[in-house]
Amino acid sequence: MAASASSKLSKAVKQQYMDLPQGDQVQAMYIWIDGTGEGLRCKTRTLDSEPKTIEDLPEWNFDGSSTYQSEGSNSDMYLIPQAMFRDPFRKDPNKLVLCEVLKYNHKPAETNLRQMCKKIMGMVQNQHPWFGMEQEYTLLGTDGHPFGWPSNGFPGPQGPYYCGVGADKAYGRDVVEAHYRACLYAGVKICGTNAEVMPAQWEFQVGPCEGIEMGDHLWIARFLLHRVCEDFGIVASFDPKPIPGNWNGAGCHTNFSTKEMREEGGLKYIEESIERLAKRHQYHIRAYDPKGGLDNARRLTGHHETSNINEFSAGVANRGASIRIPRSVGQEKKGYFEDRRPSANCDPYAVTEALVRTCLLSEEGEEPVKY
Amino acid sequence: MRRESPMQIITHVVWSLPTPFKADLCFIVTKMATSASAQLSKVVKRQYMELPQGDNVQAMYIWIDGTGEGLRCKTRTLDSEPKSIEDLPEWNFDGSSTYQSEGSNSDMYLIPSAIFRDPFRKDPNKLVLCEVVKYNRKPAETNHRHKCKKIMEMVDHQSPWFGMEQEYTILGTDGHPFGWPSNGFPGPQGPYYCGVGADKAYGRDIVEAHYRACLYAGVMICGTNAEVMPAQWEFQIGPCEGINMGDHLWVARFILHRVCEDFGVVASFDPKPIPGNWNGAGCHTNFSTKEMREDGGLKCIEECIDKLGKRHNYHIRAYDPKGGLDNARRLTGHHETSNIHEFSAGVANRGASIRIPRTVGQEKKGYFEDRRPSANCDPYAVTEALIRTCLLDEEGEEPVDY
Repeated sequence: MAASASSKLSKAVKQQYMDLPQGDQVQAMYIWIDGTGEGLRCKTRTLDSEPKTIEDLPEWNFDGSSTYQSEGSNSDMYLIPQAMFRDPFRKDPNKLVLCEVLKYNHKPAETNLRQMCKKIMGMVQNQHPWFGMEQEYTLLGTDGHPFGWPSNGFPGPQGPYYCGVGADKAYGRDVVEAHYRACLYAGVKICGTNAEVMPAQWEFQVGPCEGIEMGDHLWIARFLLHRVCEDFGIVASFDPKPIPGNWNGAGCHTNFSTKEMREEGGLKYIEESIERLAKRHQYHIRAYDPKGGLDNARRLTGHHETSNINEFSAGVANRGASIRIPRSVGQEKKGYFEDRRPSANCDPYAVTEALVRTCLLSEEGEEPVKY
Repeated sequence: MRRESPMQIITHVVWSLPTPFKADLCFIVTKMATSASAQLSKVVKRQYMELPQGDNVQAMYIWIDGTGEGLRCKTRTLDSEPKSIEDLPEWNFDGSSTYQSEGSNSDMYLIPSAIFRDPFRKDPNKLVLCEVVKYNRKPAETNHRHKCKKIMEMVDHQSPWFGMEQEYTILGTDGHPFGWPSNGFPGPQGPYYCGVGADKAYGRDIVEAHYRACLYAGVMICGTNAEVMPAQWEFQIGPCEGINMGDHLWVARFILHRVCEDFGVVASFDPKPIPGNWNGAGCHTNFSTKEMREDGGLKCIEECIDKLGKRHNYHIRAYDPKGGLDNARRLTGHHETSNIHEFSAGVANRGASIRIPRTVGQEKKGYFEDRRPSANCDPYAVTEALIRTCLLDEEGEEPVDY
């Protein structure tokens, strides 16, 4: 089976070592986004006491020429701790630390989209923007083939797999169960999971998160997924169209609301936002995957419950539209709306920032405003 | 001649091989029948499942899909343990992915109806059985619980009790019965019913695991036995009053699917999985009211059987999800079934539509067994039909609209 050599190493042996007490020492694993804008990297340092807040964590650095982020001749890049979580792999008191990356001149690295996102979120704090993101992903063997699929063929057509149960319907549930618990332990705001339409495809939802929290929690949830899959010896892919043809792609539907939208009569503000989004479709498409729309072009075809990448549309309970208004929101005349365009490999900082710029800062045109 | 089972033959071959090959071949044999998921490390999984979860609670919502046979599930996090059904919020799902609605108008609602402990994620996590309603709040086509509950409430005072005997077949992921030789058949039926031994009982681990999971969850499982066809098993749920019968049986089925998934095999409720001289799978339904259980109750039982005798086709249509087409493959009059076209009843007669247990015939009170329902029946539809005909005195081809 296409599981890694690592997964065959004795877990009983490993557990004996992990059970060793560590005194006052604490392991802090620093995590950052690399030069691809999709990949995650990590390294660990020992601290001599448990950090209680982010201020207790020192800045660090790394070799950016090994992560597609800088030249060898000037390769030091800085890691600035931003968000701290409990470590479900090494357990308490050890920590996971999500970091921003700065260049040698202390400017944000190219794929550090968090810095600008945080600025933008700061400008609309009083509107209490909430987000919920539905992260879809596909499990692959180390041979790159979807997990559980016959090696020289395909499973039966889509239909029975969505929310399915049974060995012939659900492929790899152990990963989902382990990831859910790891997220709960870490303090990530995971609010649900389900099996998806394509076999070996799954989804988890993170939220509701306010402002910058959305990006932080989703990136950590992704890191946890990669680590859990690594332990099982398989791979998680956020590719938006892993298998061409009559198989669903993978998205990251983003739910959004402000305090106004959530209150009585909020539907009016939802509709205003949708009008603004309709006028800025291309700008959003460029923000919704790490390749300016090229990745999503393989996925947003108008079929398989997606909208077509070239057209903007919106509708109540319509899963073929760019924006879907949930039926209950249409009935209660308040709530939130769902932007179905973001790709599974999107940067949540870029997505949430774009929504705030267009809907709350009333920006127009192809370029973001420089404040 | 002493017949060797396929498992015995494989075992002999494997043990005669040089050591390096033994493990590989065992792995290959197991690999053929079980899923890739089953090969993922359960030690690794356990380490994650032991992580504390604080006040967070996982609630897995379960519903019946558009086929009327398939079960679906998804989970949400709650911030405290729900103590009763009222603590569980309504939810919704994409009905266009479950054969239940169109993509352009696909939201459907999940209404929590019964709560059980979760034997997979354990306390404080829950399994939540739900009814499905459409966008206009009317029950979905395969939501038979809604009407069943109404009917049960009309006869509350008669305390209708049910016990259902769920038969099923274990299949490998290749669709072939588990443990059967891949290119042939086991020896003929005879030694397998309630059998013991690797040549008689195929897949007992699943049965054992399922039984404990049901007990933990709070499902009223009252027994198990190996069935006549090898790889076929039965569990019994009951006695349950009214709507509980359907609730407990559907959750017991869900638990079976999940247990089989963990083992990497598949449970099938197909009523005739293997054509020819192999038993089908039914869901014999035992039924009684307070009157039938009291002295002289046999009179009441016989009256019910008379009523059932006049409404055979209505019941046949209610007893499988395809209006009788599935059962047509099973109810042949052979293999301890009655013929689908004829109604019959008798004491201790397993070839009849209705069987009155011998003890009931002797004590002149108790219950009777309707042997017609298919293994893949909807228990809400079955129990509702029995109430309508026996207690509400309905006649004719159509149910009455109250």
